[in-house]
Amino acid sequence: MLEWFLEPLRYEFMVNAILVGVLLGVLCAVVGSYMIVQQLGMMAHAISHSLIAGLPIAFVLGYSLSSGAIVAGIVSAIFMAWIESRCKIKLDTALAIMLSSFLALGVVLVSVLPGANRIDLVHVLFGDILGVNQSDLWNTLFIALAILAAVVFFYKELLFYTFDPLGAQAGGMPVQIYYVGMISAITITIVASLETVGSLLVIAMLVGPASTAYLLVKELNIMMILGSFFGVTSSAIGMYLSYYFDTPSGASIVLVMCIFFMLAFLFSPSQGILTEPHTPLGKLLKTGK
Amino acid sequence: MLQVKNLSVCYRGNYALRGINFNLEPGQLVGIFGPNGAGKSTMIKAMLDLIPATSGVVTFRGNPLKQKLDKVAYVAQRSQIDWDYPVKVKNVVMMARTIPTGLFRYPSRQSRELVKMALKRVEIWDLRNRQIGELSGGQQQRVFLARSLAQQAEIFFFDEPFVGVDRKTENIIFEIFHELQEQGKIVMVVSHDLGESIKNYSDILLLNKKIIAFGRREEVLNQRNLDIAYENHILPFDS
Repeated sequence: MLEWFLEPLRYEFMVNAILVGVLLGVLCAVVGSYMIVQQLGMMAHAISHSLIAGLPIAFVLGYSLSSGAIVAGIVSAIFMAWIESRCKIKLDTALAIMLSSFLALGVVLVSVLPGANRIDLVHVLFGDILGVNQSDLWNTLFIALAILAAVVFFYKELLFYTFDPLGAQAGGMPVQIYYVGMISAITITIVASLETVGSLLVIAMLVGPASTAYLLVKELNIMMILGSFFGVTSSAIGMYLSYYFDTPSGASIVLVMCIFFMLAFLFSPSQGILTEPHTPLGKLLKTGK
Repeated sequence: MLQVKNLSVCYRGNYALRGINFNLEPGQLVGIFGPNGAGKSTMIKAMLDLIPATSGVVTFRGNPLKQKLDKVAYVAQRSQIDWDYPVKVKNVVMMARTIPTGLFRYPSRQSRELVKMALKRVEIWDLRNRQIGELSGGQQQRVFLARSLAQQAEIFFFDEPFVGVDRKTENIIFEIFHELQEQGKIVMVVSHDLGESIKNYSDILLLNKKIIAFGRREEVLNQRNLDIAYENHILPFDS
């Protein structure tokens, strides 16, 4: 058993991959908790695809690809909010427009800008957690600590703003700053996760563990802590599965997250489909008869 | 003391609200009435700068109200809140202390005491550890009332506080409104209910995109004013 556990850890790439998976498990669960309570899931999905437009531009200008992705992601999110607020188009349509426009722009620029065709779009879409090196690990650690510190320092303000934005604004809170801060944190988290699961599956890292916890708790901070536990556990289990069964790593992690979610969906004590208090099983669990 | 001058709001070329002027003094409990789409919520939101006004100024003790928002408690319509949000009742009320507490600080003992008193006043103290969605509509409304009390504001805005609440809650809410009135606060309440409960308000503001009538309840509530405000779509008023 111990040998089974230790064997993958003999390889540096596995250790790096598991460590980065654990860090992202925590970071994505915390940021994802805000996404769920703010109903920003589709916006995060749109950002995760729009950011591709920033890659070729950053490449040609000589900046890091990550910085290009972050800027493009935030710009697209601001455009989405702007379109929605300025005309009768609803947010879901605005998201679809920006997602496809930015993605198309990215694909065109990759083929047009000199040298940009060296960007491997398949790599961006699916990620490669086994290619994570020491410097990626440090970057992820730095990003995770910075965002977690911001969440701790601004917890009570963010709680008020995300629960009752109008009430917070009426009390004089600078809600636009919190909105942009939240979008920025989501974008940075997505970019940090690209290497691991890629832009197609990153949304699962953000909403999977957090929504599992959402079905089980009554308080946002507990949702974040429990979500982090699910995120970390899913990353570790997913990596071991991918090692022993030779399955793609990112997709394996996501599948474990989906299993946790289904378990909570079916068996959550307060709202599981099979166990909520009004079901026969729920009554049995509550009263013991 | 609270002064609204020439407030107008325009949505895509149509006036939702036009040329609103009024003054309020401490101790006034104002019911804002008018048909659907009359701009009742819009007026409150524009006063608080939650939506952009096309023209107008709102001042409190001579300063723009926007600079005195710490003196304002605002309870939005029920539909604005996600009741599935994972937050306990006591922490909803504690939100009132977010801005007075300031950044990077934990709420003081005094804040915790204010929250406790407010929860007890609205008779929700025993439910303080429940998730907000586990409460009934009336209890949820009382939680928001408690939050506005814990804020220790000077001006209170309530948008449709009586929608979906039980009789007990309605009584508690009016009792508290009268207490606030006695303490010299200004209370503005958007309501639909032209029934018996209207006698609780000291003043009535009848609105239909502009002010139809504003003043003491006895002076404003007559068939002629109601006919103009509701465009004759209301049953004869029995006062």
